[in-house]
Amino acid sequence: MEFTGKTWKFGDNINTDLILPGRAQLFTEAEQLRCVFEANRPGWVDEVAKGDVLIGGYNFGMGSSRPAARSLRNTGLACMVAESINGLFYRNCVNWGFLALECEGIFKAFKEGDQATVSFVDFTVKNRRTEEILQGRLVPDVLLTTMKAGGVLPLLETEGLIGSAK
Amino acid sequence: MGMTAIEKILAKNSGMDVVKPGDLVVVKVGTAVLYDNNFAPSIWRDILKVHNPENIVVVFDHRVPAKDIISATAQQTGRNFVKKFDIQRFHDVGAKQGISHVLVADYGYALPGSVLVCGDSHTCSAGVFNCAARGTGAPDMFYAVTKGETWFRVGETIRYDFQGLLPPAVSMKDVFLHIADTYGSHANLNVEFGGTALPELSINARRTMTTMCAELSAEFATFEPDQVMLDYVRERNPTSFEEQYPDEDAIYLDRRTINLDEIEPLVALPDTVLKNSQKVGEVIGTQINQAFIGSCANGTLDDFAIAAEILDGNKVSADVRLIITPGTQNIYLEALRRGYIETLIEAGAVVTNATCGACGGGHLGILASGETCITASTRNFKGRMGDPDSKVFMGSPATVAASAIKGKIADPRDFLN
Ligand code: SF4
Repeated sequence: MEFTGKTWKFGDNINTDLILPGRAQLFTEAEQLRCVFEANRPGWVDEVAKGDVLIGGYNFGMGSSRPAARSLRNTGLACMVAESINGLFYRNCVNWGFLALECEGIFKAFKEGDQATVSFVDFTVKNRRTEEILQGRLVPDVLLTTMKAGGVLPLLETEGLIGSAK
Repeated sequence: MGMTAIEKILAKNSGMDVVKPGDLVVVKVGTAVLYDNNFAPSIWRDILKVHNPENIVVVFDHRVPAKDIISATAQQTGRNFVKKFDIQRFHDVGAKQGISHVLVADYGYALPGSVLVCGDSHTCSAGVFNCAARGTGAPDMFYAVTKGETWFRVGETIRYDFQGLLPPAVSMKDVFLHIADTYGSHANLNVEFGGTALPELSINARRTMTTMCAELSAEFATFEPDQVMLDYVRERNPTSFEEQYPDEDAIYLDRRTINLDEIEPLVALPDTVLKNSQKVGEVIGTQINQAFIGSCANGTLDDFAIAAEILDGNKVSADVRLIITPGTQNIYLEALRRGYIETLIEAGAVVTNATCGACGGGHLGILASGETCITASTRNFKGRMGDPDSKVFMGSPATVAASAIKGKIADPRDFLN
């Protein structure tokens, strides 16, 4: 699994209240999508395009357990790569099926708008402009399988443990 | 090789002899706490089978009583789920109402040495009971409830030892702000607490600390067991348990000693608590519009006792709304019996029912653009308590109470004899 897309850069400690503000917590998925980054980057949801790649700094996704990873997935982003990803947010990436990679040095290696090629086979990231290749942190097989399968809900549905999405 | 307390808990619940940083463990879940947000229409999926109804707790806390049609619908879905699987540990709107993490403490749901998950980030609160308690996402909760297990990536552990005694008007919130200011993020790390000061620290005080560890982005926050804690749990829950002590040769990433005597009232500036606090003296005089004491970290009897002591005989500034929200209805009732509520209301505070309320910016005290709040709740992210252009400072309940009187950030030590 490999993606090439245009990059958008966000800094360190990007929190879940920025990704999905509290006021949107009870909104529908479609309405939540409209509020992504409204406080720190208003209008971004209209600029980001399908297949783009988000680049983050340290501790990306700190904060609450809300479905912020689902909202990022719903923007059409192919995946995200950050210096480090907050533990709770990482769980949510796995479980909502949003491909996420931790990769040291990523923030400096990219200028916003550079094209990135991200591989979820060998977990490398290549900057198409500078040709630099960085090695990301391995995603354990079982977590990668869940991420790729769209998260745990489809799995639980197949096993007859939860009902289908309405 | 020795293990830290959290490594031992994870080992025990995953059937492994040894667990070490870098491992991915699958553990059995002792307690799964569902709350109103899990039942929200945009999240909820009909659960067809549960692993064990006795392991499930259901709480409505974020918006109770229901503040709008969506939250009412979520609660209706939750009640149907409770009926369908005959869940006994249910905290509906009413006498047993409260914030999940506070109820988990008050009802002894978190057993030492066990695993507890809840789809809310401040679940680390229950680490005070030597419990591997972790906030997860909603899908994790569907998994835990239906399959009875979950997974964790094991991180390294930082150990904090508390020594000495807290000075008057200084609380664990200040100690937390000190740690967050000095050491910053603890992302992907566990924290373990212990030290000679433990016997002097109430469970409420310790729980303020574990709850706030969500703001350090810590994975697990675990206290070493002691008699005070063990008695507290046994008084509330007859179920047997095996608490886990860290090995003497446990390996820590770092060991840090905190001298409580040296802590002063601190205030975190807006947007983050990480490396962003100042001594209260540095921010004295900052005008505020709202002051809030409540949340899963600071909605306890201890907190209302100190607030009442400071507000007794004083008046809340005419320019400030002081909002007080107890963590549970039980706490509310006890605060009423002890006279705290009367004192607070006479001083001009508004006391609400137990709920998350203003803490999550959901209801009961939302900030308008340009407004400033000082809060004793958990989180001061941009836009957390209302408009993205509002500002949230954070301090202890004592600092918030003192500030409410002055109409600007104030030093609580000026109000205690
Ligand atoms: S009180 Fe605040 S931090 Fe605690 S669970 Fe409720 S919204 Fe979250």
